[in-house]
Amino acid sequence: MSKLSFNGGIHPYDGKDLSKDKPIKDVLPVGNLVYPLSQHIGAPATPVVAKGDYVLRGQMIADANGFVSVPIYSTVSGKVVAIEPRRVVTGDMVNSIVIENDNEYKEVEYDSCDDIDSLSKADIIERIRKGGVVGMGGAGFPTHVKLSPKEPEKIEYCIANCAECEPYLTSDYRRMLEEPEKVVEGLKVVLRLFDNARGILAVEDNKPDCIAKLKELTKNEPRILVKTLKTKYPQGAERQLIYATTKRAIDSTMLPADAGCTVNNVDTLCAIYNAVINGIPLMERIVTVTGDCVREPQNFRVHIGQNYRELIDEAGGFKIQPKKVVSGGPMMGFALFNLDVPTTKTASALLAMSRDMVAENEPSACINCGMCLEVCPGRVMPKQLAVYADHGDYENFEKNNGMECCECGCCSFICPAKRNLTQSIKSARKIILANRKKK
Amino acid sequence: MSDMMRVSSNPHIRSKVSTDKIMLMVVIALLPATGFGIYNFGIRALFHVLITIASCVISELVFELIVKKKITVGDMSAVVTGLLLALNLPVSAPLWIGIVGGAFAIMVVKMMFGGLGQNFMNPALAARCFLLISFPSLMTDFTCDVYSGATPLASLKAGESVNVYNMIIGKTAGTIGETSMVAIVLGAVLLMLIGIIDIKIPGSYILTFVIFIGLFGGHGFDPYYLSAHLAGGGLMLGAFFMATDYVTRPVTRAGQVIFGIILGILTGIFRVFGASAEGVSYAIIIGNLLVPLITRYSSPKPFGKGGERR
Repeated sequence: MSKLSFNGGIHPYDGKDLSKDKPIKDVLPVGNLVYPLSQHIGAPATPVVAKGDYVLRGQMIADANGFVSVPIYSTVSGKVVAIEPRRVVTGDMVNSIVIENDNEYKEVEYDSCDDIDSLSKADIIERIRKGGVVGMGGAGFPTHVKLSPKEPEKIEYCIANCAECEPYLTSDYRRMLEEPEKVVEGLKVVLRLFDNARGILAVEDNKPDCIAKLKELTKNEPRILVKTLKTKYPQGAERQLIYATTKRAIDSTMLPADAGCTVNNVDTLCAIYNAVINGIPLMERIVTVTGDCVREPQNFRVHIGQNYRELIDEAGGFKIQPKKVVSGGPMMGFALFNLDVPTTKTASALLAMSRDMVAENEPSACINCGMCLEVCPGRVMPKQLAVYADHGDYENFEKNNGMECCECGCCSFICPAKRNLTQSIKSARKIILANRKKK
Repeated sequence: MSDMMRVSSNPHIRSKVSTDKIMLMVVIALLPATGFGIYNFGIRALFHVLITIASCVISELVFELIVKKKITVGDMSAVVTGLLLALNLPVSAPLWIGIVGGAFAIMVVKMMFGGLGQNFMNPALAARCFLLISFPSLMTDFTCDVYSGATPLASLKAGESVNVYNMIIGKTAGTIGETSMVAIVLGAVLLMLIGIIDIKIPGSYILTFVIFIGLFGGHGFDPYYLSAHLAGGGLMLGAFFMATDYVTRPVTRAGQVIFGIILGILTGIFRVFGASAEGVSYAIIIGNLLVPLITRYSSPKPFGKGGERR
């Protein structure tokens, strides 16, 4: 059987060997913890604590502000020392709650649930919402919103995004290897919401050990299938993943629900499991600390809010001074000004590279080679869109389907003239979206 | 602030492919044809090659110095243009013709329109056509030390018999680099294997041409006659190395097939009905002019556009 895939895509150096054999290691925070109020798509959370308050681990410190928003929880016990703007991975200053760790980790009591069948669908969704669960693959879209489509009976596939197509990242890989039952249980919770749905665990074929583990775990689960995907970036992009697993193609204006699907990534499913079954809100995630500058690349289970610098120290520090440090993978991640930013719900990796390939490769003239078209999973014309974007011609940009771009970065990666195509297109998309909001 | 690191928008990694590497691979892929040309026509062919390449590179350098643009000769594209032009010259032409042709290709066709990526016609072919029109007797005299008289295509047009075996090997009269089908295809296969060109343009071009000659060539689908047409003249060099020129071919997949079909028809018309035996150069540069139109009407359908809502 040919492996499931999509059209386009690239095969960058994957760097996963650096950290893939390193078991998940728990790390405790050293300094203060910082919780940006906006770690998700939607309205920022509203603080429910004040400076000077004592909080427990697992205590809500900021509550959701509206439907498309989620609460945030303290991951340590200690004192709120400030509520002030702090720099986050994107470089923005975001209002954040700062907590001084008393290193006692006194916890609240969690409202666990022994029998999932005793919960109604609404209960499950409420527990996910209350748990502060968001899409942990990078976008940070509130999971309870994702799991509340207009017509839940029309959902046919609940896809677990186990692709982990970003180079260097091994956090999902370790999770599937060490705690596969949490992933499967999380998927079963999701399946409880959709009576007509089947679960698909979609894994890239560079992780045969995970595929074997998941198959073994689900052999008595008639509703769950394990599907093998071709290893290719961006196999884990939502629309591409839906296409690869179900052959249903949706454009940027449609939602996965329009294809009868929901998609959740590995860490998100674990968070769902924790929130629904154990009543434990989202407080931890796996972060891969890697790159050729890191002395001992590893996978850490971090307390969300923990400073990135502590993770580098925990990994033995830098063996080479990095030229570029990225939060997330090299394709979609954010380059950091410095390491003094907190981990958030969407921080999948910290990547320190000895080369700054963007600065090394000066853009030159487009030679019309067409490679950007070949690799574009959105099947648009990146070279053309970038020209419209650079000229500020937003009318033609939209006419030529510029808004169908998913900003995966394949075009910039492959371009032999080293043109910053994704960057130009991204800027234009931002401006167009901002203009739409104004109207 | 001193410890602030440099940031950039994603993606943060780049592939190893680069313009100069692609151009270098094209040059390497042209070496079999060039080598055979030198073997076939003698050392004078090598002089033509070196002079034309030098003319192209120096023209680009001089132009950029004069207009104070960034020097781009390092991208190797001028070398490719020079080599392709040289392969399109008859060996007996005076050596200065490469200087004139190279300067025209680079200065007029390429640099005046904005340099690499902006030229609307293949510079080497445009220069060849310029030379053909300006110096017709020099450019169509294929008599040299080794061969006397007409090219096989001209003989074919005159109704004489030709040796197809020699044509495929390349031991015939013609321009320096066009005679050996074997050497050209060898280089083209290399480029296809490493993914620099693909079969869409040459495939649709050659297929359309064969069908056209079969229908209108007056010999039906006679394999001997068709082989002579395929191996003769600049068809192979044109289809694999000129029509596939990135800058002057459509960038869309569908557009490339349409482009190939147009070239096949035009070449057929020129060879069957034209005054000259050959027509590849004119077919390609006319095809080049249609590229913006073809691209415009062959843009791909975005992923999932108009998808079914369930």
